[in-house]
Amino acid sequence: MATATVAAAMPEVPAVRSRPLDTESREWLASLRSRGAEQAAAIERLHDLLLRAARFEVARRRPGLPHLRGNELDDIAQEAADDALMSVLGRLDDFRGASRFTTWVYKFALYEAAVKLRRRAWQGREVPLEPESWGIFASSSATPEAEAQQGELLRAVKEGIAEALTPRQREVLVALALNGVPIDVLAERMGSTRGALYKTLHDARAKLRARLGDLLEVIE
Amino acid sequence: MNERPELKQALGRLLGPGVPEIGCEECFDKLNQYVELELAGGDTDRGLPGFKAHLDGCPACREDYESLRAFVGGGQAL
Repeated sequence: MATATVAAAMPEVPAVRSRPLDTESREWLASLRSRGAEQAAAIERLHDLLLRAARFEVARRRPGLPHLRGNELDDIAQEAADDALMSVLGRLDDFRGASRFTTWVYKFALYEAAVKLRRRAWQGREVPLEPESWGIFASSSATPEAEAQQGELLRAVKEGIAEALTPRQREVLVALALNGVPIDVLAERMGSTRGALYKTLHDARAKLRARLGDLLEVIE
Repeated sequence: MNERPELKQALGRLLGPGVPEIGCEECFDKLNQYVELELAGGDTDRGLPGFKAHLDGCPACREDYESLRAFVGGGQAL
């Protein structure tokens, strides 16, 4: 799994203790695993829930998407609900009762809607892989001493990015952490996944932290 | 340089949380559990170590978390 190294330093914790399913969750699973009309009705009710969640996400993000019309946004919500339905039905056996069944399914719809909207917002835009601005690191400080420290830090960060990272780590770190490209957009453009890119970002951050060393203590 | 919170924020985005964290797949797998535990007032750091650190390091997973929390916790869900 792509996250293995990211999680390698995590303390050992017991596996999620299975607990008895609540009545509603049990009924959902039973009806979705049934056959015929009962199953069809359950799938339809599930799709309604997923569509409600997807529309919630679309509405939350609507202010940031002024160029999209209402019918386009609802199409996105419908697609998100359809895709989430396939994910949920394909992963029913993964549900272990760590939460209510409905909370578990909602996350698929919210995720699908968010990914589609992030990608839509960046459609047709070039993804910047080189640093676009160092403004936040270069702006003036209250005291000459602080400004000098900041200048030293900026130089060290630039050198660290240029010298300590692999070309792939540099591109991923710069795009995600400096230029603010959403990870799902970068994953689509690079033919990768969110998890794999985050692993690359995590390794790049660790290298850069090690390189900056004592300089960071001044900031932190 | 403590008077520069925006610099600290920019460095945080660049360098990440700097503590052990889970990855994106595990975050998605446990997101429903984390949100319900949090809404119930449970100890999320103890129950799901490394989860919050990941939310601090990954803006996309944080957005997914905020959406689920708002939807389930805000009475939008059935």
